Amino acid sequence: MKTVVPIPSVNRRQLLHTLAAAGAAAVSAGTHLARADSVLTRPIPSSGERLPAVGLGSWITFNVGYDEVARAACAEVIGNFFDAGGRLIDSSPMYGSSQAVIGGALKRLGKPAALFSADKVWTSPGSRGPAQIETSRLHWDVPRFDLLQVHNLLAWQEHLPTLNAMKAKGQLRYVGITTSEGRRHREVEEIMRKEPLDFVQVTYNVIDRDVEARILPLARERGIAVIVNRPFQQGALIERVARRPLPPWAGEIGCTSWAQLLLKFIISHPAVTCAIPATTSVAHVRENMEAAREPLPHEAMRRRMAVHVAAL
Amino acid sequence: MSEWWTYRLSNFLLFSPRTYYRLFELYNSEIWPGQVLALLVGLAMLALARNPGPWQSRVIAAALAASWLWVAWAFHYTRYASINWAAIYFAGAFALEALLLLGFGVVKELQLRRAGAGLLSAVGIGLFVFALVLHPLIGPLVGRSWSQIEIFAIAPDPTVIATLGVLVLASGSSTWLLLPIPILWCLVSGATAWTMHSADAAVMPVAAAVALAVRIGRPSKPDGY
Repeated sequence: MKTVVPIPSVNRRQLLHTLAAAGAAAVSAGTHLARADSVLTRPIPSSGERLPAVGLGSWITFNVGYDEVARAACAEVIGNFFDAGGRLIDSSPMYGSSQAVIGGALKRLGKPAALFSADKVWTSPGSRGPAQIETSRLHWDVPRFDLLQVHNLLAWQEHLPTLNAMKAKGQLRYVGITTSEGRRHREVEEIMRKEPLDFVQVTYNVIDRDVEARILPLARERGIAVIVNRPFQQGALIERVARRPLPPWAGEIGCTSWAQLLLKFIISHPAVTCAIPATTSVAHVRENMEAAREPLPHEAMRRRMAVHVAAL
Repeated sequence: MSEWWTYRLSNFLLFSPRTYYRLFELYNSEIWPGQVLALLVGLAMLALARNPGPWQSRVIAAALAASWLWVAWAFHYTRYASINWAAIYFAGAFALEALLLLGFGVVKELQLRRAGAGLLSAVGIGLFVFALVLHPLIGPLVGRSWSQIEIFAIAPDPTVIATLGVLVLASGSSTWLLLPIPILWCLVSGATAWTMHSADAAVMPVAAAVALAVRIGRPSKPDGY
């Protein structure tokens, strides 16, 4: 019997966007195209649009102020991210100059069409939200954001209606909320149950696994995409394992570095849409993107990974 | 802030150590040779502080006020705020300290203890000399580039330590109004350096502790003035 695989519905705009992204990637990626094409993607449950399983965070790394040398280095990292098949870049008005640095890099790179722009609103009272969002948009220099999230749930009761209204008017494609390092998970759950969210952003890594109990299952149940922040515990996890040799079974899951092993643990969870490691290094962004490739660990291997890293 | 007890200092650090110290490198190169002028002003203040009368005290207070105002504008507002949104508030606090120095040190008078008048004046002058000469050397000593050195009246830390030295030399209850902002900055700067794992993170808190200890334990009237 022939199995019919349901194809996610896409509107004309999404189709054009995808085609444009593919065209831009073909031009800019050059010899990297084959590698970029094999990047693992995950669907956003609310639309079916697929996102690469590894994105790019900007906390600390892209906050370099007016330093032109550092800004050029950030642009090189972002350029390599796109070349390797990346799409989602995440920032926040809380991150100092990061938004402007990303905007400058996008301009240098000729506004890559593959970009999936994820930003946040972080202000109280909520009446200040629209002005802050517009300032952020000008920093990025994009026509509109793909995703806006309420940063750390700050004034979420006021911001979510604003974001939902923007989405209804076509000024925004997706709405989400964020938290980090395990804070306010009960409130996050409550919002996930009550509000029509497209995305939730949480901290998850091989050590910090609180979200496995309730939030990740709830995200699957409610059809909410999950972005994972702090995949390396802001570098602490990498420092913890860096001097240890990779376990002999790392090759079985296609890992040649600890960063890839740690990322594969995260993105192999079926509820996770995208992990967003931050880096200032071209080599590291390339290495991180390599994690978004088959093979991924199965459940028994994931348990083995968690036990191994916890013992280090 | 919900669940405030779950936050660590590192949650508030928005930039990397490399970016922070690179800020000083770019700042130093942009204002060169202003550092020479700043050092000359500092040396002139030190000379005046050796035997201070009413006009010398006022000149020292005015120079300090100008230094705080410059740091507020040129460092905090114009440069540091590009990587740390809280620097806008630091700029406000530094400008306020400049106004306080003008009010209580120029319009009124600080009444400075002269050099060589006991342990307290030695500590005051010692802190000033440390800020002017030794503090700039700490960065290179712990491995940072010479181009990133922090100079009195240019960078906040040595400016604050020099001010603490002058306030240790000063008498009168109004000087207590001048202490909170420098002390708070010592804590902020120390916390920032500690979070960045800087080897010299203890310098500012220790300077604040020394200044407070001698200020609290000092006689109510100035000697040798």
